[in-house]
Amino acid sequence: MKSLATDILVVGAGPAGSMTARYAARGGADVMIIEKRQEIGSPVRCAEGISQSLLSKVELELTPKCIARRVIGAKIFSPAGHCLTLSEKQAGDEVGIVLDRVFFDKHVAKLAINEGADVRLKTAATGLIKEKGKIAGVKATSPEGDLTIRAKCVVGADGFESQVGRWAGIDTNLSPNDITSCFQYRLTGLDYDPDYCEFYLGSRAPGGYIWIFPKDEDTANVGMGIQLAQLKTAGQIKQTLDRFIAGDERLRDGKPLDMVSGAVSISAPIDKTAMDNLLLVGDSARQIDPITGGGISNGCIAGRIAGDTLAAANEKGDFSEKSLQTYENGWRDEMENRLYRNWMAKEKLIKLSDETFDKIIATLAEVGVEKVSSLAILKAVESKYPELVKEFRQFL
Amino acid sequence: MTRMKNVFQKIAVDQEICMHCGACVGTCPKNALFLHDLTVAADENCNGCRLCVKVCPIGAIEIIAKGADA
Repeated sequence: MKSLATDILVVGAGPAGSMTARYAARGGADVMIIEKRQEIGSPVRCAEGISQSLLSKVELELTPKCIARRVIGAKIFSPAGHCLTLSEKQAGDEVGIVLDRVFFDKHVAKLAINEGADVRLKTAATGLIKEKGKIAGVKATSPEGDLTIRAKCVVGADGFESQVGRWAGIDTNLSPNDITSCFQYRLTGLDYDPDYCEFYLGSRAPGGYIWIFPKDEDTANVGMGIQLAQLKTAGQIKQTLDRFIAGDERLRDGKPLDMVSGAVSISAPIDKTAMDNLLLVGDSARQIDPITGGGISNGCIAGRIAGDTLAAANEKGDFSEKSLQTYENGWRDEMENRLYRNWMAKEKLIKLSDETFDKIIATLAEVGVEKVSSLAILKAVESKYPELVKEFRQFL
Repeated sequence: MTRMKNVFQKIAVDQEICMHCGACVGTCPKNALFLHDLTVAADENCNGCRLCVKVCPIGAIEIIAKGADA
């Protein structure tokens, strides 16, 4: 069996893994990324919406190819059709750019490679190597046959279906309340407003929402997510989305360019993401916003903190859990309160009736919301319906 | 056309529908599901809880034998 060695081994070449690799390599560590797919960024498993402001927290100059479309705002629709428009003047936070993940993921990987990281494609981790009880690398399958890759630290950036954390004994299990199942078409031939991201709330997508995110003048990602606990029958997501599309005259004649299925975690932050010789980052660390289901920015931010932590640990030659606390504390300082607040808000939203959604959206549309962000919306809700947010007011 | 079904412990994954997205893999509370290359497989830890059936966005999974807890 072929054997390789590196300082840091990153499992998964999504944005979180590549950002981790980039900063670890920049700090002088030997870094290898392994990716089970044959192409970075494909197949896309994402609605591709991202906020400009969250992205500005990391050094990520997007190339034109990474951006499919810039939108000037968001429209949030209640079940009865009341619309809250969050427009250009207030734009900033939650949704501003619709990415092209096929290019974006490659771009971030390239930044890691530019810093010296190595990449191996079609290379899938199959288990951890443990020596005297310590994690010492991973076993993997590859086009060259089975590999053992020895590493001082293993980074699990292996997404929603993460195995690395489970192998290491970190509890990443999710309750059915904390998983959203999603299906999306990229539809073209649409006659619609390509300047706004649209969100549809209420019982048609319980615990989630339906989205229309513009890709170009007549093409959009049209998808929906429903909380797993609300799902009754097999294939319910796709069937429900098909019905929504058939009932919308802007969408019903659209033709699909792409189909995407997947799941995202909408959980409270997990207790532990770092241990001796291993850490988790991105979706595998459940660093996803529980209201929006967005994870790209959080993964990039956490990846940067992880990479910096690993570079310092490598210099000290100390990859103990204690040494990796800089990462554990760093990402929590950056987003734990926000994730926890939005998790509590999500738990509330699931229980709201369609009538209440109608009332809230109608009221907010009247009073206006200052910024395009879930925090701004929750604050506006607080001013009109304080009882809805009283359990997590301290996070607003 | 008859669809080929890959039969495992207690679930059957319709490989003609399956999009290999990993939704079932990340959801499985027993970690009994695996995404090997382009197939989803279950191992002996599967207890037939049906979460994978429900989370699969396109309905590619069915239970073919009841688990102890089902």
